Amino acid sequence: MSTYAAEHHHDDHVPTGWRRWVFSTNHKDIGTLYLLFALCMLFLGGASAMLIRAELFQPGIQLLHPDLYNNLVTNHALIMIFGAVMPAAAGLANWMIPLMIGAPDMALPRMNNLSFWILPAAATMLILSFVVPFFPGGGSQINTGWTLYPPLSLQVGMSMDFLIFAIHLLGISSVLASINIIVTLFNMRAPGMTLMQMPMFCWTWLVTAFLLILVVPVLAGGVTMLLFDRHFGTSFFDAAGGGDPVLFQHLFWFFGHPEVYVLLLPSIGVLAHVIPTFSRKPLFGYKSMVGSMLAVATIGMVVWAHHQYTIGMSLGAVTYFMIGTIIISIPVGLMIFNFIATMWRGSMTFETPMLFAVAIILMFTFGGLSGVMLAVVPADMQYHDSMFVVAHFHYVLMPGAVFGLFAGVFYWLPKWTGHMYDEVLAKWFFWINVIGFNITFFPQHFLGLAGMPRRIVDYNVMFTEFNVVSSIGAIIFGLSHLLLLYIVIKTIRGGKKADAKVWEGAHGLEWHLDSPPAFHSWSTAPKAIELTDTYEKPQ
Amino acid sequence: MSAEQQTEHYYIPDPSPWPVVGMVSLLTTLVGAALAINGVDIGSYVVIAGLLLFGYLLFGWFSDVVKENLSDCYNHQVDTSFRMGMIWFIASEVFFFLAFFGALYYIRNIALPWLGGDGYLGTTNELLYDGYTPVWPTHGPGEMGGDFIVMGAWGIPAINTFILLTSGATITWAHWGLKLNKQNHLVWGLASTIGLGVIFVILQAYEYGHAYSDLNLTLETGIYGSTFYMLTGFHGFHVTMGAIMLMAILGRSLKGHFSPHNHFAFEAVAWYWHFVDVVWLGLFIFVYWL
Repeated sequence: MSTYAAEHHHDDHVPTGWRRWVFSTNHKDIGTLYLLFALCMLFLGGASAMLIRAELFQPGIQLLHPDLYNNLVTNHALIMIFGAVMPAAAGLANWMIPLMIGAPDMALPRMNNLSFWILPAAATMLILSFVVPFFPGGGSQINTGWTLYPPLSLQVGMSMDFLIFAIHLLGISSVLASINIIVTLFNMRAPGMTLMQMPMFCWTWLVTAFLLILVVPVLAGGVTMLLFDRHFGTSFFDAAGGGDPVLFQHLFWFFGHPEVYVLLLPSIGVLAHVIPTFSRKPLFGYKSMVGSMLAVATIGMVVWAHHQYTIGMSLGAVTYFMIGTIIISIPVGLMIFNFIATMWRGSMTFETPMLFAVAIILMFTFGGLSGVMLAVVPADMQYHDSMFVVAHFHYVLMPGAVFGLFAGVFYWLPKWTGHMYDEVLAKWFFWINVIGFNITFFPQHFLGLAGMPRRIVDYNVMFTEFNVVSSIGAIIFGLSHLLLLYIVIKTIRGGKKADAKVWEGAHGLEWHLDSPPAFHSWSTAPKAIELTDTYEKPQ
Repeated sequence: MSAEQQTEHYYIPDPSPWPVVGMVSLLTTLVGAALAINGVDIGSYVVIAGLLLFGYLLFGWFSDVVKENLSDCYNHQVDTSFRMGMIWFIASEVFFFLAFFGALYYIRNIALPWLGGDGYLGTTNELLYDGYTPVWPTHGPGEMGGDFIVMGAWGIPAINTFILLTSGATITWAHWGLKLNKQNHLVWGLASTIGLGVIFVILQAYEYGHAYSDLNLTLETGIYGSTFYMLTGFHGFHVTMGAIMLMAILGRSLKGHFSPHNHFAFEAVAWYWHFVDVVWLGLFIFVYWL
């Protein structure tokens, strides 16, 4: 037994070869794995989106069978949400949380690796669910959309079972990762750092992890009922047996709505670092940010049925869900005003992360406003299941989640790789990406208001012009990500050496470490002087 | 952790193969399950292979943890991480059960009145199921699964409640023994807890057999059968898991792995057992009694 202890006196030896990555217990390597996985999934999900937009370039059915079209819609959503955005945010968390709080690693390093490695398994199941119908006896395509509503999802062939199990795996991965993050933040902070001195990115992930632990198991329960209804004769979603298909919608959206905040909050956390750094001012209203985030999470747990106004709930119920939903705009607005107040009279510069941050504030607010429109019951009766909804949630999720992740990647890429990224190319990427995004999704508002339904492969000729614009935008938007890939690869391979403190306006423990940091960092807790830098926040 | 031998640094384990083994076993099991439930013959063999690998994974991973613990790799801070991790794991389990309790509540109090023609959603009743009166327990207007008899609360379920509550007491009694460093006291407390758990599972299995053969209450008995079997079934599965965990803890106690200051594994399993206990109380009240 004593040899065991001797082995574990930590030396700085870095494991090599494939074992380093596959067997990793290092938060930096696992963070890198998460980010690379997310990048792959971004392109996979993007490819399905390109096919969707190619089909919608003209009215009529050109490229895709209607079921295949709907399968692509389903897969695009699931891959982007569970494969790209959540793993990318988890990758940022893995990389940055231990550096920010002065911890030697995540609290449970082996479980950390498990939560990552479940993701490729889940992605395999997800891809299988897409591929299976092409084989003889593989049954029909998943044409339900990512919401998987019964009774349609009860009628799909065996690919639905692959999808259900993929969701189970994704759920296990998320819950394990969340447990790890919560424990790390509660138990591993440098001595002397209180909760209210934690960097804001850590706060946002703490709240996100709570949300995941509370809502993901409910989704797991819901899809388990679906599985039993499909194969074992239960009647949860069958009115003939006394069940109710709407029950699934409640279970799904009890997860689905908090999921929106799961996607959003880590990016808000990135903003809370990027904006102060490039405004050269401390974050305005730290406490109110924490408070509003907790408010968003709490209220966000109890407003799920605003996704289901048209199912025929009682007047009392829809009124409650409408008011609750609109109330959320107060704390979210508070966060936005905090960011603007942080910039107010700051000496601002506009490096790429900051450009993304400003774009988020403008465009996310816009998406939020169309969200308030959708929250109003009588108005939503018109907008429901139209392209307006598609435009709305892409305006919320692209700026709110993905641009925040882009900002984080550019902000911390020099810290991770030790090289500065190419600022000129990155700015090109930003402008092409943001302009392409707006060309793609802005016209969809008009399409939706004019009555074009979503999730349908064909459309009336009157919608042609805006769809052509949208598809052209989508090509620009989609291809722009190849530039991102090029910039990232170029930065990993070389470039101007980055200092420990990459950005002169940055504060926090992570900037006291070399760029790139040693394989094991903060093996001894940071000193008080370094801590002061983190939480000295003159208002 | 042993206060006298505190290690200075937080323990970061060396690279470990277990997470990837976990990934492979989960993938194998679930691909196999997806094939098996769709009537592909090879599926069930794949499931068995996956589960065996999963068992091997659990054994290997926990062996590593036990070895590290016995060689004093863990300081107080690591111990706290384990404790918090277990607490939040149980929290996630609570919400898993909440989905099923929520479904039960929703069906009984919201969906069934609609199905019976209540409110402006009552048109379903007029159009499809005229004359259906929704009275819980029900197998729905389609009378799924045929006539059935309801499972009473005051037979085996009441006895089972008593058994589980008693087992909650015996495990606490075992914990006292552990804290007083009395090996026999601990072992007997654990053994009786396991015994009670096993009796519970056997009675539950008997009850299922009785329901299937005498009451015609099956998984296919409409929404009543669905909620009854899913809630009690997942609970029974958790009791079984808990009992296996208790057996592992009993084995480790016999080997003398625990000391009054170092017995997180014992406490984690005890918490899990209490959680299972509390879920049962909810089941007894909402599924059997009310």
